[in-house]
This record gives sequence, C-alpha cells and structure tokens, in this order.
Amino acid sequence: MSRFAGTGTLFYKEILRFWKVGFQTVAAPVLTAVLYLVIFGHVLSNRVQVFEGVGYTSFLVPGLVMMSVLQNAFANSSSSLIQSKITGNLVFLLVTPLTHWAWYAAYVGASMLRGLMVGLGVFAVTVWFAPFQMAQPLWALAFALLGAALLGSLGLIAGLWAEKFDQLAAFQNFVIVPMTFLSGVFYSVHSLPDTWRAVSHLNPFFYMIDGFRRGFFGASDVSPWTSLAVVGTSFAVVAALTLRLLRSGYKLRS
Amino acid sequence: MPAVRFDRVTKTYAGGGVRALDGVSFDIERGEFFGLLGPNGAGKTTLISVLAGLTRASSGRVAVMGHDVVDDFAAARLALGIVPQELVFDPFFSVREALRIQSGYFGVRGDKKANDAWIDELLANLGLADKADANLRQLSGGMKRRVLVAQALVHRPPVIVLDEPTAGVDVELRQTLWHFIARLNRSGHTVLLTTHYLEEAEALCGRIAMLKQGRVVALDRTSALLSGMASTMLRFKTDQPLPPAVVPLARVTGRIVQLKAHDAAEVERLLAALRQAEVRVEDLEIGRADLEDVFLETMGSER
Repeated sequence: MSRFAGTGTLFYKEILRFWKVGFQTVAAPVLTAVLYLVIFGHVLSNRVQVFEGVGYTSFLVPGLVMMSVLQNAFANSSSSLIQSKITGNLVFLLVTPLTHWAWYAAYVGASMLRGLMVGLGVFAVTVWFAPFQMAQPLWALAFALLGAALLGSLGLIAGLWAEKFDQLAAFQNFVIVPMTFLSGVFYSVHSLPDTWRAVSHLNPFFYMIDGFRRGFFGASDVSPWTSLAVVGTSFAVVAALTLRLLRSGYKLRS
Repeated sequence: MPAVRFDRVTKTYAGGGVRALDGVSFDIERGEFFGLLGPNGAGKTTLISVLAGLTRASSGRVAVMGHDVVDDFAAARLALGIVPQELVFDPFFSVREALRIQSGYFGVRGDKKANDAWIDELLANLGLADKADANLRQLSGGMKRRVLVAQALVHRPPVIVLDEPTAGVDVELRQTLWHFIARLNRSGHTVLLTTHYLEEAEALCGRIAMLKQGRVVALDRTSALLSGMASTMLRFKTDQPLPPAVVPLARVTGRIVQLKAHDAAEVERLLAALRQAEVRVEDLEIGRADLEDVFLETMGSER
C-alpha cells in the first residue's frame, strides 16, 4: 500500500467530478469572464486610463483571469464537500484511513487545478481582444498559485460550515463575490477616493489581483513584495484553520 | 485478540443529554457471525458509527483487530468494511469507477491488475457484472444496495459490518447477499450484522447481543438464547376473547394468538383453560420458540 495512493485517489476523484460536468465548471465561467471583457471593455475602453501606456481592455484581462481563478477554486472545494454532505455519500470518505492532511491536499489541489484551468481558458480567449504583454511572469504564477490555494482552502471551510446549499450560496454571494469585485478587477484603487482606497487595502483579494497584474505590466498599485506578504500570511492562517477543522472533525464526525 | 472489542462505551449527545450508549462492553471473536439486535433507537447504529469512526464515543474504547478506532484509526479502518444503512451513492460515477475510487482511498490502487480482478469478482458475486459501466443514478434501490456492499468489501477487510443491509430489498437480493456473506464468513471474515429480520439473525448469527436504551440486555449464543426461553409455543387463530388467566401469556397479532409454555403440562393447562372458556380455536400448532419470541420477551422484561 502506498502512503500517498489514498490522497492521489481523492485528488483524482475530485478532478473527475468537475471534469464530468465541464460545461458548468470550466466552460461557463470562461464565457462569463469573456462577456465581462466584451461589455466593460466596449463601454470603458476610451474613458479609463489606468497605467501609463496600458489600454483599459489590456488592464482588464489579468483582473478577469485572476477573478476566475479565485472564484472557481472556491466553488470547487465548497460545492464538492456540501454535495457529499447533503447526499450522504461523504460516508465513503469518512470510513477511510485518509488523514486530515490527505483531505486538505486533495481538495485544495483539485480546486487549484480547476481555478487554474478556468483562468487559462479565460486568458486564452481574452488575450485576442487586447495587446499582450507579460513583463514579470513569475509574479503572475506565484499569485495565481497562492490565490487558488487560499480560495480552495476557504471553500473547504465554507463547505464544512454550511449545512445547506442556501448557506453556501450566502457565503459565496455575500463574501466571496463582493470581495473579488471590490478588489480592483475592473479599476485601479488609485482612482478611488482616499477612504475607499484605504478600505480596499484591507481586502486581501486586492493584493492577489494587484500582484497577479504585476506579472503582466510590471506595474502595480502596491509593491508585489507587500502583496506576497499579505497573501502568503492570509494563506498560512486559512490553511492552518482548515487543517484544524478537518482534524477535529468539525461538522463531519458527531 | 478479538476482532472487535467494545469496552465501556458511552455516548451522550450534546445539548439534549440523551444517553445513546450506556456502558456497552462486549467482544466479537475472529471469524464470528455476530448479530446486534434491538428496537429502533436502541443505539445499534450509534454503536456501529463509533466503530466506524463516524461518531466519537463520550467515554470508553473501541478496537478493531487490536487497533483503537481513535488513536490508531488508519489501521482500524483498514480492517473494517462498513455497509451503511442509508442508500447513499455518488451520482457522478459509474459502478466500476465508484469501486476503483473506494479501493484507492484505502491505498490499494497501486496493484491495479489484482484490484480490478477483485472488483470483477465482487461484481459477479453480487450480480452487478452487467451494471459495471452504468451510472449509479440509473440503478434501482436493490442494485444500489449491492454496490454499497461491494464498496465495503473492495479493500478486503477482515471485519465486515452490515447495518440493516436487507431493509426494503427483494427476496432475490437477500438470498444473493446472504449466500455471499456466509461464504465470506466461512473463509474467515468476521461479520457484524444488525437487522430487523429476526429470522435472518436466527439463521445466520452464531452469537447475538440485544441492545435496549443504549445498554446490552442480552448477550449469548443464539442457541442458548433460544433454549433459555420458554421452549414451546402454542399458535392458533381465534375470533373470541381469551380467558383472563391466559391473557398475560399471549401475544396477539390480529386473529393469530401465540402462547408460550415451558413444558407439556403447561401446554395441557393452557388448552384446558381455552376449552373451559369455550374459545373456538383454528389451525392449532405447537412449535418451538423462535428469536422473535426471545426478542419480545427480553425487550418486555427489561422495562
């Protein structure tokens, strides 16, 4: 028996689960992001100048890519867990020898993969709408991976906490969506009044988007090192909390 | 070392203060076919949930093949195959996919060829061979029940737990299932069964524990439980009221009356009482007590 075979199987099962409904889990989010680009890009392209020499549509592309990564990473772990809880088939996993580390690695790993697949899909389609540049790709990669891991972990927490779909939808619509929309996907926080700019700096999603965008344009609202520190710390805190909840059997084992 | 050891297990659910298990202690020896009986709410499923690690005991210890289900949970769960009571399934997968995934959770995915051969054997033995590639959503309730059994056995556990496996399933499945489980038991597997069908428990289980309100109220070999009971039962049908002297001894189901008697003299006394009261009886039979009689007497006397 391989020590990691169980973790690998759960990871594989989680991938198979979203891949079997790929239209819903991968294709639909790509289409949504493209619609955002077409509509906002068309309406605002001649009115908004964010960075020197960067058109609004070009500015929008990385924000939409990162927003898709984050939202889909969250959706994957949270929806998988709550579906299994509500239909009762989580029992198949609860009776196995898998540790809380294995659960975490498999659920978050699959969430990251789905987030990154959707992000790549959005990128592959939207890149044709605006001139492409990738000034510092390692920053983009680092923030995509860290952001997906952070949201995959948050999705696990939401899936553990929620006892019905309505609660999960509330978490998604009242926490995740506002935080991503108000993080500078569609604008630079420098264009905001001082108060709202200060509020934006309290939102960890802002640092994920800003750091990711740095990889494209080599320019950002704050230093990428500051963003890395904020996102890295947020991830460490959320990951530690998720592992603790899994280990304690929170809402899993009575 | 027993296959399963329950040692002073208690479970009190938070809030309500309901004591679902109250100091349950008994061993199940290796190779036994063991029955766990009790009315609804007696604590059978809670006890099995503690064994499976789905529920944590408030106090006491449970071990499977010597492995504590909390401190050494991985080894304990590797030794255990659970068929849950609820008819649950993952709608995303086919039967074969579900079985491969389940075996993978237990780390047996590496030896793919041997594992696939075992999955094929399970499918054949449970009458699922032609459904291997069907999505689980498309299966009938009975077929889904068979898949649950296959999922519990897919990692070849030495201890198998079946929680009400034949509830609501047809006669054919019951026969297939018992034939297969009895064969596994003969080949050395330990089986723990809970069921509402007492004739199944009587036919299959070598030893039986009865639970009531979270406590073990009877624990013995099935044959000893039966012989310790009033060994003769009078069964007949009547439309008339029974004489007062007989009423406390009677179990009445519609027109059917069952009277327990310890010996031939008591049978004669009962018949005389009926004759004297001019009770007209039909289809009179005199037979041995069965497990249902033991069960009802045990549950009644432990109030």
